[in-house]
Amino acid sequence: MSVRLTAEEKAMRDGDNGPAVAKAMDLLIRYAEALGAEDFVYTDNIAGVPGSSPQWVKDYYAEDGGDYRAVFSRFDLDSDEVVDVPRISGFACHLQGGMDPEQWAEQGMTEEAHANFAADERDVADHGIQVLKTCTPYLAGNVPVMGEHCAWMESSAVVFCNSVIGGRTNCEGRESTSAAMLAKRVPNWGFHKDDFRKGQHLIDVEVPVDSIFEWGMLGYFTGDAVEDTIPVLDGNISNAALIKHKHFGAAAASSGGVEMYHMAGITPEAPSVEAAFGGAPRGEHFTYGKAQRSAMYERLNSVGESTDVDYVMLGCPHYSIDQLAEVAQMLDGRTIHENSNLWIFTSRAVKATAIASGYDAIIRKAGARLMTDTCSAISQAVPPGTKVAAFDSAKQTHYLPAIMGIEGWFGTTQECINAACTSRWEGRLN
Amino acid sequence: MATVKTRPADITIHGRKVVGGVTEGEALVTDQTISGWGGVNPMKGEIIEMRHELRGQSFANKILVFPGAKGSSGWSAVFHTTKLTGKAPLGMLFTITTTKAALGAVVLRVPSMTDFDSDPVQQIESGDWVRIDADAGEVSVWKGGRP
Repeated sequence: MSVRLTAEEKAMRDGDNGPAVAKAMDLLIRYAEALGAEDFVYTDNIAGVPGSSPQWVKDYYAEDGGDYRAVFSRFDLDSDEVVDVPRISGFACHLQGGMDPEQWAEQGMTEEAHANFAADERDVADHGIQVLKTCTPYLAGNVPVMGEHCAWMESSAVVFCNSVIGGRTNCEGRESTSAAMLAKRVPNWGFHKDDFRKGQHLIDVEVPVDSIFEWGMLGYFTGDAVEDTIPVLDGNISNAALIKHKHFGAAAASSGGVEMYHMAGITPEAPSVEAAFGGAPRGEHFTYGKAQRSAMYERLNSVGESTDVDYVMLGCPHYSIDQLAEVAQMLDGRTIHENSNLWIFTSRAVKATAIASGYDAIIRKAGARLMTDTCSAISQAVPPGTKVAAFDSAKQTHYLPAIMGIEGWFGTTQECINAACTSRWEGRLN
Repeated sequence: MATVKTRPADITIHGRKVVGGVTEGEALVTDQTISGWGGVNPMKGEIIEMRHELRGQSFANKILVFPGAKGSSGWSAVFHTTKLTGKAPLGMLFTITTTKAALGAVVLRVPSMTDFDSDPVQQIESGDWVRIDADAGEVSVWKGGRP
């Protein structure tokens, strides 16, 4: 089957808008055909990691110039030849990156790695791409509207866009987002289509889910139960807020690959259970009760043995300004224990607000660090000698111990702050 | 790749082309979905996800037969990177179409198929010899290895 092209898309493919757009369109056509898509949708809201690469990837393309242009052409656009990449005219942003722009040495990065990072960032900016450097673009200047067709990477952002905002995006990859920045097209497949967005399984929530900690555990259960399908949650869920959806979605995306969920009476495409399913409930019927809640807590804490915590990481997904306000309040007047470290991650936009609001000063006074751009999992950076970490994020608990070969604990934000200040893990499920 | 076969295939499966071309090689099969970023070491083409049944095994130069992709949106970039390190699979057969697996196959540029008339994950075992003719929509399987 071949994908149907408009006259404008044919012209882009044939080079009317220059070689880079032609290469982008060629890749998008191959991608659409791989999916079995019939046509494309227009998008002017793209979030990816365009052109950024470690030095060894540039070295791999040494014969092609070994620079940003070579990587963007050969890797991002999967082109056999190097092309000039024009300035991007649409709404395109760069998601998280590899290190903090100022505290990179503390993260264990070399001067060479930092120079490469800084050079990539200049190229990103020179190409008209916004340097948001965050996994939470929706907290840093890119908030889609309901029904808007987007091309986003970052699983936690994708699930937020689809579920909480009602924007429409598949879980795109690096190459498709970079190509979409040039061609402003993405295959009309999956979450761009109405029918695809309907619920597939029901989850009945019996225990009260109200705090961010409870929302996170329910998210981890949800992904485990429905894998990569679309759940409809109904029942005892309350106190909905942006940060709770952020943690729920990130957890569900990491334990199972959920890219969209419905919560009856809460999310925009689920005024009722029936509306979320587009008819009567179908699929399996799961229950989240006391036993399931305890099992999730046990599972998340199965990679923790020693209670001597030497690293606490907060900010997965990147913390919002209200989370930083809460942490500053918890830290005010306290000090990070000499055997422990506290690193908190957020976007540059939110950090600027945290500085203006006095939160960064409190965090620094306590001996903790507020970092941007990245996280421990993305940059594989933890304080030297870290053996036992603690998190308030189910997603980070899922990834970091596996990536770094360390132990990990999952608990509330307050338990994490206490662990940072005492170097002892005393979390428990109430 | 014109190879003269000594005997006909034991199993033939039909499906839809994801990426065209013809290839053949030894199968590496799992009935578990695969994470790219955080689940695969692209330097070795090795599955590293904790609790994955293929943990510690490499798909380099093999035909990877699996249900589909899961996890991070970095899936395609991680598989793409295996092409740079020389650890890419020769071909891919997957049963669940996702944007991650489709884009990963496209940028790997290895013959790949999906939407089968019978499930390759059930029909093929690790070590079987598999020929993918993606343009013809046909998978040939020789049990137990190279015929």
